[in-house]
Order: sequence, then structure tokens, then C-alpha cells
Amino acid sequence: MQFDSWQAFLSMGGYALYVWLSFGVTFIAMLAIAWGSARQHTQLMQQVLKERARRARIRQARQNEPVQTAGLDAK
Amino acid sequence: MWKWLHPYAKTENAYQLCKTLQPYFWGVAVVALVVGTIWGLAFAPQDYQQGDSFRIIYIHVPSAILSMSTYVAMAVAALVGMVWQWRTAFMAMIAMAPIGAVMTFIALFTGAAWGKPMWGAWWVWDARLTSELILLFLYLGVIALYSAFEDKQQAGKAAGVMALVGVVNVPIIHYSVEWWNTLHQGATISKFDKPSIAPEMLWPLLLNLLGFAAFIAAVTVMRLRNEIVRREIQRPWVVELAQQELGGRNAV
Amino acid sequence: MNALLNGVFKRDLALAYRQKSELVQPLMFLLMVVTLFPLGIGPGPETLQRIGPGVIWIAAILSSLLGMERLFREDFLDGSLEQMMLSGIPLFLAVGVKVLCHWLVSFVPLLLMSPLLAMFLNLTFDMYVALVATLLLGTPLLSLVGAIAVGLTVGLQRGGLLLALLLIPVFIPLLIFATSAVDSAALQLPYRAQLAIIGAMLMLALATAPFAIGYSLKVSQN
Repeated sequence: MQFDSWQAFLSMGGYALYVWLSFGVTFIAMLAIAWGSARQHTQLMQQVLKERARRARIRQARQNEPVQTAGLDAK
Repeated sequence: MWKWLHPYAKTENAYQLCKTLQPYFWGVAVVALVVGTIWGLAFAPQDYQQGDSFRIIYIHVPSAILSMSTYVAMAVAALVGMVWQWRTAFMAMIAMAPIGAVMTFIALFTGAAWGKPMWGAWWVWDARLTSELILLFLYLGVIALYSAFEDKQQAGKAAGVMALVGVVNVPIIHYSVEWWNTLHQGATISKFDKPSIAPEMLWPLLLNLLGFAAFIAAVTVMRLRNEIVRREIQRPWVVELAQQELGGRNAV
Repeated sequence: MNALLNGVFKRDLALAYRQKSELVQPLMFLLMVVTLFPLGIGPGPETLQRIGPGVIWIAAILSSLLGMERLFREDFLDGSLEQMMLSGIPLFLAVGVKVLCHWLVSFVPLLLMSPLLAMFLNLTFDMYVALVATLLLGTPLLSLVGAIAVGLTVGLQRGGLLLALLLIPVFIPLLIFATSAVDSAALQLPYRAQLAIIGAMLMLALATAPFAIGYSLKVSQN
């Protein structure tokens, strides 16, 4: 250990602002991009299921009302 | 090597590979970063010229080195994608771009925070800081070009060309800026450039370098997985995967 | 094949000649930007001479970005670019001819205007010679590298600003070496080294850019 006390460690020999600012911003930036990527993943997975449900609904609508769909197609 | 690589051109296999690799990358990243940072902050000896402010080196240098290598890795991925018509390579390239930009930002920010006590100003047109700034512009250009296209297939190729143009320029920019800097400022700040480093100072630096590299790899595979899912959103294996992952709490 | 390339060349020149206003506008922009500097910084001859090379080069790069889109935009929209790709002439030759035309119609006028700019900014004769040498070597580089980015953004609705964002960082080394050559000339120092580096960059671009332009056009054409 290079420092005698917690006090000395936190003050970083008078450079506390610069040292802690850089380490803080660095780890916040790293956490932010990691967290963003993870959140993107869950959102995408939900979107996959939504898309599937939408396709299923479309298919079902076609099957249930074949007459009307045919009429629309003809137009 | 080609035989070994070829199955991963298929997106499903690439996705699975990423999934297996991810926990290892995270493990290495967390362990190396925690140990390296605590060692660097608390146990490494002081620099006799710069006191404790030199401890910023433990994040500044790894992020600066790796921001450059990430750009080169992007260009390699783009080249692979163009030569072998390999879609996954373009996805990997674009997965790397944001994390590379974040690394460049970290290098710039810590450079500024280190510069303030050393040079008395937050921003000095130092050669390394300036070329990092230009590198950030290059990253942002690639990302902007990618997001400007609707068709992501086309976007990947276009961003790939730009990454290659950039990588040819990175060494030219680096040396031209260095030369420009010596021309305009003289050697007043060279003592800052290369603090002769003692072994007990070097070890935590190497650890953090490893940690940052593993972190970049971990985020890259995460983003590559996202990119694959986004492009293959209708494929059955993706749907199955989503069902498995979200399980009971179905989104719809 | 030569007839086809000749045709592309003549067509581009004729088109440029008929759309004179589009060619003149970037030059007017250049002249006005250069005029702004003495007004903003002060007309002291010493100051102007000090900043002159940088101002002229920055203004030249910015004004070239304005007119750069012309390179492929209209041909892309009216489909003649597609015809050119299908015509069977190697694409890198065809784009090479188009880039040559672009250089002739947008940068040769700039070279002709350079004495005026040099006078405005109080450059000495030695500095002017160096300026012309760097412009001669550097502007083809602007055309070649710019064409790659134009090829990439030509299919986009609003590619103009994006084009500038992509190209400005790439042109930084050119700016550094070109202005330093003129600065050296101001101090009566030799500036062959800087010219040699710009020349080397030009050679590299000449060898590789036509292929990159061809590829990027194919990407845009999809």
C-alpha cells in the first residue's frame, strides 16, 4: 500500500479531482455501453416475439375471412 | 483455418459462438480490471515527477492503444467481408464501432484530465490527443454512414469502405500530426510523453490493458449477437431463442 | 472502349459547360470565405501572411465539398451511371475519367483564381509558387478520395452534410503538409519533402481509389 490512510488515498496527493474524475467517467462510460447493449438485447427479443405474433394475427385474419380478403385482393 | 472458420459464416453458428465466448470475456475483463485498477490506484509506487496524477495512465494508455487497434480490427473485418462476401463480418465490424468510439472518448477525456494538472490546461494540441480526436471523428463518420442507410446489408458494405479508407489514413494522420506538433511546439512537453516506467508500475498497466481488451471483446460479441438478431428477426431459430429466453413473461 | 471513354469524357465536360452556374458557385464561396478572414481577424499584412496558407487551403477544401456531390449525383438519378456500369468498360477506367473531368472543371478554375487569393492574403511570390505546387498535387487527391465518399452517399436522400463529415477528417494530413510547405517557403526553407509526401499520397490514391470508387458505386446501386 502506497498510502498511509484512507484520507491520503482519497486525496491522491492533491490530484484527487483529476484522478477520480477520470476513473469515474471511464467506468461510467464502460458501464453505459455494456448496459445499453444488454438492454438492446432484451428489447430485440421482445420485438422478435411481437413480430411473430403480428404475423400469426395476419395469417389468422386471412384464414377467418377468406371472402373479404379475396375481395380486397381483386380490387 | 478456412475450414474451421467457414461454419461461422452462418449466422446461427456465429450467434452460438458469441454466446459461449461471452462469459469468458466478461470474466477476464472484470477480474483484470478490478485487480489492475486497485493495484494501480493503491499499490503502485508514485511517479517522482508527476506524483499521484500519473495513475491516470492506467486507463489512459490502455484505452488509447485499444481505440486504435479496434479501428484496425474493424477494417480487417470489413476487408474479410468484402473479399469473401461474408455478411457476418460486416455485422462484426459495425458491432465494434460504438465500443471503439467509447474507448476513443475515454482516451480523450482522461488525456484532458491528466493534461490539466500537467500542462495547466484541459486541452492542449498535443500530438497524441489530436490524433485521438481525429480518430473519434473517423469512428463517428462510420457510425453516421451506417445509420444513414435503410437497407442494413448495403449500410454494412458502405461503412466497410469508409473504415478501410480510414485505416489507410490512421497512420498517415498519426505521423502527420506528430510532425505538425513538433513543428509548432518544440519539445517542451516530451517529458510527459514517455515516463520511463518501473516494473512495479508496468504490471498493473498490462493487467488493465488485458482487462480493456477483454471488455471490448465482450461488448463486441454482445453487440454482434444483437446485430444478428436484428437482421434475422423472422427466422425460426431466432423466434425459438426469444421464446426460450423470455420464457414465461411473454411480451405480447 | 476508347470511344466509350472518350464519350464519357466529352459528355461530362459538355454538361459542366452548360451548367456554368453550378461550377461558379463553389468558387464564389471560396472567394467569400477568404474575404471573411481579414474582416474577422484584422487586415494587418503580417497576420494575413501568417494565416494565409491555412486559410486558402481550408477554404479550398470546404468549397470543394460543396461541389463534390455533382460528381455522380445526377448520373445516379437519371440512370446513366447504371448504363455506364453495364456498358462493359472496366468501371475503374470509367470513374477515373469522371474524376479527371471533375478535377478539370472544379479545380483548374480554382488554380486560375489562386493569384487573386494570394494577393488578398498578402503572400510573397515564393509562398505563391509553393501554394500552386501544393494545389497542383493536392487537389487531384481531393477529387479522388472525395469520389469514394460521393459514391457511398450518392443513393442517400440527404447525403450532403454526411459527405462533409466523412471527408474532413480524411483530408487533415493533406492540410497539414500543404500549409507547412507554404510556411517553409515563407521562411526560405526547402519544402520538397512536404511536396514529396503529398505526391506519395496522390500516387497511393491514384492506384487504389478508382477501385474503391467502383466498389462504392456498386454498393450504392445495389
